[in-house]
Amino acid sequence: MIKVEQLTKCYGPVKAVDAISFEVSKGEIVGFLGPNGAGKSTTMKMLAGFLPPTSGRAEVAGRDVFRESLRAREHIGYLPENVPLYPDMRVQEYLRYRAALKGVPGRRMNERVGDVLDLCGLGDVAKKIIGRLSKGYRQRVGLADAMVHEPDLLILDEPTIGLDPNQIRLVRDLIRNLKRHHTILLSTHILPEVEMLCSRVIIIDKGRIEALDSPQNLRARLGETGHIFLDARVPDPKAAAAGLRRLTGVDSVSIRSDGAWTIFTIHASPGADPREALYGHAVAEKWPVRELSRSAVSLEQVFAEVTHSEEV
Amino acid sequence: MRRFLTLLGRELGGAFHQPLAYVVLFFFLLITGFNFHAGVALLNKSAGSTTMVEAFFNTVYFWFPFVLVFPLITMRVFAEEVKLGTIETLMTAPVRDGQVVFAKYFGAWIFYLILWVPSLLYFYVFQVTTSLSAAGAVGSYLGAYSMLLLIGLLYTAIGCLASVVTDNQIVAAVIALAGILALFFLGLLTLFLPGAGPFVRELTYYFSPIQHMMDFSRGIFDTRPVVFYLSSTVLVLFAVFQVFKYRRWKS
Repeated sequence: MIKVEQLTKCYGPVKAVDAISFEVSKGEIVGFLGPNGAGKSTTMKMLAGFLPPTSGRAEVAGRDVFRESLRAREHIGYLPENVPLYPDMRVQEYLRYRAALKGVPGRRMNERVGDVLDLCGLGDVAKKIIGRLSKGYRQRVGLADAMVHEPDLLILDEPTIGLDPNQIRLVRDLIRNLKRHHTILLSTHILPEVEMLCSRVIIIDKGRIEALDSPQNLRARLGETGHIFLDARVPDPKAAAAGLRRLTGVDSVSIRSDGAWTIFTIHASPGADPREALYGHAVAEKWPVRELSRSAVSLEQVFAEVTHSEEV
Repeated sequence: MRRFLTLLGRELGGAFHQPLAYVVLFFFLLITGFNFHAGVALLNKSAGSTTMVEAFFNTVYFWFPFVLVFPLITMRVFAEEVKLGTIETLMTAPVRDGQVVFAKYFGAWIFYLILWVPSLLYFYVFQVTTSLSAAGAVGSYLGAYSMLLLIGLLYTAIGCLASVVTDNQIVAAVIALAGILALFFLGLLTLFLPGAGPFVRELTYYFSPIQHMMDFSRGIFDTRPVVFYLSSTVLVLFAVFQVFKYRRWKS
């Protein structure tokens, strides 16, 4: 569906996007992830046919987005970052205008506009003036606009930014339902969103692709470096920690006390899973245990790792 | 064509959705109404062969709102779209640059024409109440109104050019006003250079909307101004199109 080859965009001497290449096949939801100013929006603008690239090429649905821009644009539904809308128009009026502009034939107009109004939960504001709508509704109007002409590809630039948690959930559910009919490329810097929605993730930083894989593989790439927490009541924490360190598969142990309880943070050796040994040890020592758990590697850690930032 | 009409409809809708449209309509009507009054007063005083149509289209009260109205109509055309960011949704829809430019241009021009519709009523009222003919002949109407259309074409294009070079509506209005006034006063060059020879006088005739309107409202049809307005409109519109494309590609 999308084919990008060596796409580059320079703003003067600054390389906003630096020779990126990737492919997205039909039916995928691909998340574009990166810190602010990484080049996410610029890439999406180029794919949507709004910005010309400095060099390189991009194809959507087999059409070059620069040479056959008009044809390519017919297959794309694009939601820009700040959701620009005409504040003077009414919701339904705006969607009819956009549908006509995107070539929805007159006989299908009512059906299409009705469909996206329902799908985006805009039925009760259809007659309202866009300028008076809340941020959440405006976002949904933008989304309705993006898909009113049934495009093969949806390009959504930060579709959930600035929404409250309920609205975010609504928009996410909406995107998940769209998966059946559309290929979706969305950008975000909310990591759980990517884990929930996307089948693949492109991590981009300073205009370059740093990682491109499924969320599961990205997590696996960081290896079994997760921590194990053991929360137990022990008579002497220091001695207990020394005892734990002797177990096989345990690299290091640090302790933190929580009243009468002690929380051991145990770093496992790569590839080892010492949870059973820890349990056996605690039983043998007759420690009352409140918790024994293992933290999964989150995409957040992956993200921090590949973009070399200190904290996310 | 359907996309062009959709865009044109949006332009006109957008124009009438903003309060400025009604402020402009109101004051334009007020001033042209006063101009009509002044025209009638002029006819009362002079016993010459001047007709009502001539008197209406050749006073300072006519030209004053005439040159002021274009910046007000055209300033939002491109600048607002860029400011709102809607240029991004507009230009990622499958529409050609040319369709957008033409729709915006003709939208502004049609709004300008709508401003003149009530003026037809003045001449009707004049004829009914005085039972005199407002114009010497039909040619007078045709001449005056076709000159309105023609000058409108060029000045609207200049206004659009001002709007496409900046994102700020006020700046657009100021540039448009400066451009239109410069062109307008170029036609009055002979007033500032009383000693100028026949060559300068001949030359300034090409630029002088006042001269053109004077002739046309008498029913004198001259192809020179027609060619001048049409060709310079094409030139300015071409510039609008190029700047529009350039700014989009550059951003």
